[in-house]
Amino acid sequence: MSAEFDLKIHNTLADANLQLAIYTATGRLKEKRIETVADSVLPDYQDLRTQANAIKKHAIENLDHYLEEFERNVEARGGKVVYCKDGTEVSDFILALAKERGAHLIVKSKSMTTEEIDLNERLEHHGLESVETDLGEYILQLAHERPYHIVAPALHKTRYDVAEIFTRRLNVPNEIVIEKQTAIARGVLREKFLAADIGISGANFLVADSGAVVIVENEGNARLTTSAPKIHIAIAGIEKVIPRAQDVATFLKLLARSATGQALSVYTSFLSGPRREGEVDGPDEFYVVLLDNGRTKLLPDRSKRESLYCIRCGACLNTCPVYRKIGGHSFPWVYSGPIGAIITPQFMGAGHEPGLPFASSLCGACGEVCPVKIDIPKILLELRSDVKKSEAHAKQNRLERLAFRAFAWLMTHPRLYEMAGSMAAAIAPSDGRWIRSVPSPMNVGPLKAWLSERDLPPPPAKSFRQMWRQR
Amino acid sequence: MSRDHILHRVRTAIGRSAGQPVADPPPVRLRIPTVDLEARISSMLARVEALAGKACRSTDPRAFVAAAIAGKSAIASNAPRLVEWGITSLPGVRSGITDRAELRELCATCDIGITSADYALADTGTLVMLSSPQEARMISLLPPAHIAVVPRERILTGLDELFTILPDPAAQTSSMVLITGPSRTADIEQILVRGVHGPGLITVVVV
Repeated sequence: MSAEFDLKIHNTLADANLQLAIYTATGRLKEKRIETVADSVLPDYQDLRTQANAIKKHAIENLDHYLEEFERNVEARGGKVVYCKDGTEVSDFILALAKERGAHLIVKSKSMTTEEIDLNERLEHHGLESVETDLGEYILQLAHERPYHIVAPALHKTRYDVAEIFTRRLNVPNEIVIEKQTAIARGVLREKFLAADIGISGANFLVADSGAVVIVENEGNARLTTSAPKIHIAIAGIEKVIPRAQDVATFLKLLARSATGQALSVYTSFLSGPRREGEVDGPDEFYVVLLDNGRTKLLPDRSKRESLYCIRCGACLNTCPVYRKIGGHSFPWVYSGPIGAIITPQFMGAGHEPGLPFASSLCGACGEVCPVKIDIPKILLELRSDVKKSEAHAKQNRLERLAFRAFAWLMTHPRLYEMAGSMAAAIAPSDGRWIRSVPSPMNVGPLKAWLSERDLPPPPAKSFRQMWRQR
Repeated sequence: MSRDHILHRVRTAIGRSAGQPVADPPPVRLRIPTVDLEARISSMLARVEALAGKACRSTDPRAFVAAAIAGKSAIASNAPRLVEWGITSLPGVRSGITDRAELRELCATCDIGITSADYALADTGTLVMLSSPQEARMISLLPPAHIAVVPRERILTGLDELFTILPDPAAQTSSMVLITGPSRTADIEQILVRGVHGPGLITVVVV
């Protein structure tokens, strides 16, 4: 584990207010999810998960085919598809288009994909104004922070934090009533929507057979982003493509329930091409950016490519005992929680934060709530194995490997094991207290470091073998 | 060019060649329950109310809308049904707008937007709006309140029936929007606030 990861975790654990905020918010989302997927309200929940998994598996196994089909159909509806391998290519495309059209102001709706490539910073570096319009994202943009949670980006901010950010950045009087804070944001952003030249959105799904982009949201900012400005650019990872419009029904039934415990989000937009003949409003130009940014690196491994099935509902974060303690900003990249722990090493390389796949209790809750049935615990184990292999290759952590070799040797030699057992019993505290809490010859050196985060019950006075023999 | 580069990387990684045929995708999963019209209507009304919207049945939509907009300014879409029901000719209602700038200006200043809806989904209380020359996008989006007047036979059971009737929505419209309740957020302290960017008030009138 890197020192930075360690420090962030400890700071989060030490902040009582933050602990309460994370625990309350994720707890609420978690309970709402459970209510809306319960057997009494959604009896075919498990079938839907199986179906969603099968569709994603099929789409990823034939990804090139569906990308090309999607591209053909977007173009048939008068839109344009742009493939980009990284953030530089995305910003180059947008900057060139903005220059050609004389555009200066961009409104953005929530998109984790654009967080990956720091799109706002890239565009602002070149003199464009790019404004986040989701309330949570807007607060974070003003505070220069990245999302704390995939679905609830500002869950770590209290109304007092928001009041401070708004007074400092927007020159408004101090306001701590949440309804009024929301109204302030509505007022500022409404003007941006009406003046914007370009709207940039993400996409929850790309539908191959209709050339459509599906966007799910609650506030209405994505609808405004995609229909008020004359240009709409949707930016999506290549893995977002699904074969048919009819598959959307399956995913919509799962997504909002898993994310926020709603049967459907307030707005689901199914957008295909620019406005058509005679339509009074809607964009004149429609672009879809298909982003790789490392996704193709996940494809060769049949097991780990499952990570690309993710529909970004955030359910695994809310249910994860580790996320609920260490929070979102402890994670080294934009994706946090269990899904972040499996995506980040694969996108950024195992060396980026070697401790990440180990920041899990492997309790399996993430896999159980995943609406597309990604086997997150299994992928975590595979990534742990990758980290250990690369450490062995780099000749790091020799002591640990030696210890495990000795352990394996011990476990395969029953006599020695028994001897070691009785020796441990002899030196362990005899009063039944756990090992960490007492001075003991076992509580020293590297074992002491290991025990600082764990504890062992003392070995019993008589082992099972002894009792068996005396039976 | 990145297009070819990315597609090549994808094919190499998943072991496919360009143009290689694709096995059939898993069969589509759409299940339409049998629910009679009365039950669909009452479910629609109950679900909208549960989402903090207002919902009612009316045999005289003109009178209902007239009472709802009394003293306020409103903009109505160009849906033929609204004309038929006499809603577009109500005092205080602007309609028949075909200019983009004018539409936007009106939507940004009016108190209420009045539309019809192409379909409604009974099990979730959802309005289905297909944008067209008759139904502009902004009317259900910019004004602080939205009134949707829906003929009862347009109420479907749910998503599965919608996607059975419209297997490809893009063939019909550049924008299909499902609206389930008023615009909302819980981004600050998980406290629910309605009317963030879209309308905070939604009224569904079933005719």
